Amino acid sequence: MKILTGNDLKTGAVVWWDGTGWSKYVNSAADVGDEGDIIIAREEGARRVFAAYAIDAERSADGVRPAHIKDRIRAHGPTVRDDLTLNPGDPDTSNWVI
Amino acid sequence: MYKYDTYDQAMVDARVAEFRDQVRRRLDGSLTEEQFRPLRLMNGLYLQLHAYMLRVAVPYGTLSSAQMRMLGDIADKYDRGYGHFTTRQNIQYNWIKLEDAGDLLADLASVEMHAIQTSGNCIRNISSDQYAGAAAEELVDPRPYAELLRQWSSFHPEFMYLPRKFKIAVIASETDRAAMKLHDIGIKLVKNDAGEIGAQFYVGGGMGRTPMIAPMIREFVPLDQLITYAEACLRVYNRYGRRDNKYKARIKILVHEIGADEYARQAEEEFAHLLGQGVEPPIAELERIKTYFQDPPFEAGAPDTLDRSDPDFALWVDRNCVTHKQPGYISATISLKPVGGIPGDASADQIRLMADLARDYSFDECRVTHAQNIVLPHVRKADLYVLWQKLDAAGLGAANLDRIGDIIACPGLDYCSLANARSIPIAQKISERFAAQEKQDAIGEMKLKISGCINACGHHHAGHIGILGVDKKGVENYQLLLGGSEGEDTSLGKITGPGFDEEGIVDAVEKAADVYLANKQGEERFLDTYRRIGIDPFKEAIYD
Ligand code: SF4
Repeated sequence: MKILTGNDLKTGAVVWWDGTGWSKYVNSAADVGDEGDIIIAREEGARRVFAAYAIDAERSADGVRPAHIKDRIRAHGPTVRDDLTLNPGDPDTSNWVI
Repeated sequence: MYKYDTYDQAMVDARVAEFRDQVRRRLDGSLTEEQFRPLRLMNGLYLQLHAYMLRVAVPYGTLSSAQMRMLGDIADKYDRGYGHFTTRQNIQYNWIKLEDAGDLLADLASVEMHAIQTSGNCIRNISSDQYAGAAAEELVDPRPYAELLRQWSSFHPEFMYLPRKFKIAVIASETDRAAMKLHDIGIKLVKNDAGEIGAQFYVGGGMGRTPMIAPMIREFVPLDQLITYAEACLRVYNRYGRRDNKYKARIKILVHEIGADEYARQAEEEFAHLLGQGVEPPIAELERIKTYFQDPPFEAGAPDTLDRSDPDFALWVDRNCVTHKQPGYISATISLKPVGGIPGDASADQIRLMADLARDYSFDECRVTHAQNIVLPHVRKADLYVLWQKLDAAGLGAANLDRIGDIIACPGLDYCSLANARSIPIAQKISERFAAQEKQDAIGEMKLKISGCINACGHHHAGHIGILGVDKKGVENYQLLLGGSEGEDTSLGKITGPGFDEEGIVDAVEKAADVYLANKQGEERFLDTYRRIGIDPFKEAIYD
């Protein structure tokens, strides 16, 4: 699947396109097929995100997993600070990245 | 230390107001990201992997306790409770909100700090020796000269759009603690045969994709021509440095391509021209700056002995403290490298504690080192035990300066959008593997440096052991380099061969250490043994 990611303009937070808006959870990411460029142009124009781009990802029973490690780290947070991830306190959460 | 005059403060305040307005215009849509990006970068605001990242300049690594405290407060107020001290003697915050950036910069300005020229193709923050003004063997305090260069290079209209970024280091000791020859310009203050002090210029060093050791371009520049000569060096580069190819745009490529002699000739020609142009600030300005760097009021006759009866304290003194020029005093390094920790990271509370300790025990001053540690430059020996107890209680008592646990690591793929691989987990695993005191002691002096990509922010070329993260078809892979040094005996490390995965690289480091221990003669350091026996015995063991 193709999904979209970018950064929230005001806060810089990593966000994922969920079909209607931007979510901080990659599991909410929607498959945009070949609509990516159109959505990016519209959303950047509306100043909701910036530096947006499309990536490959896979959906499984466990959720949405970006193809490249860099985007998995963006989705998850730094692998060396479990307290700063989206699942703080779960020491195994970094394993998803690798 | 230097205090802003009304011009400095006015310039920084004006910049804060200007950037506030630029942020407002970005948020209301008057500026596109394309228009805004260079403006935010000029103010040190990058986009990194997780958010905006702000790089704050720490001129020549020197901070007052009030500045250090503000850095801790900023970590709490605008970030997520910590900061990262970098190999450029700066600090970075990883989770900054654009809407907060103006307030943050105003807070910085209130303690005479800013983030100007921490990005872009301009002259960046000037680095220096972390023991400046304290080192027993230094010729003079290099910081007044670094400060003069800072003032000259700040907003220099001719050098805001150089072919590429430009880094300058200034030292004044025989021991090079600032990687001087790996800078675009390295300046070493020296004394000539007539007993006059002047500046020796090394031009065209650097790390990154094409590492180069700077050749000496001029043996002696009189101090009243220092800025003029620096300007001549920059002018030649600005005119002939390559703007067509980002990867060939640093001054090291120009000096390499035309040759050091030809570069020196052109610099001399430009210098001769500039001498008549009134470029040099009056020597009175240097004298004015020097008054800010006078020795603090050391206590005459302060006790010069230490009670070493606590073995943990004695170990910390032996590892982390160096001789001071003033009897009864010592310079102490606070290691930001606890076993399994993140090199260079400090929590807001730790930063504030270090600020308090600088105020109470080091004449209000601390330093950031390029090895991502903090120095308290002027500590009374009589206060050292109490100081160490406070550090130890806060998790800041690691006794590992220049040991294998004192690893330089760039943020790597955990934070950096340019990275190929993570650096920090490798540093953590190595420091855990070598956590035992006996192992660290056996290996002795060891500078291990890790970069997450070829840009070499982690100085991997200059590590006795260097590690470079690469991307091998989407998988992190690590190359091992041996034999680098960024000291007065600067050398560039050599790659041993094929790379390793995360576990493999830690094993490879251990094998390299074992080869050293098996071959070491007398007092040889790892680097000495490597230089004597060459890379082959290491390769044999590593790829066995
Ligand atoms: S060396 Fe590469 S990965 Fe490390 S901080 Fe620099 S640019 Fe980022």
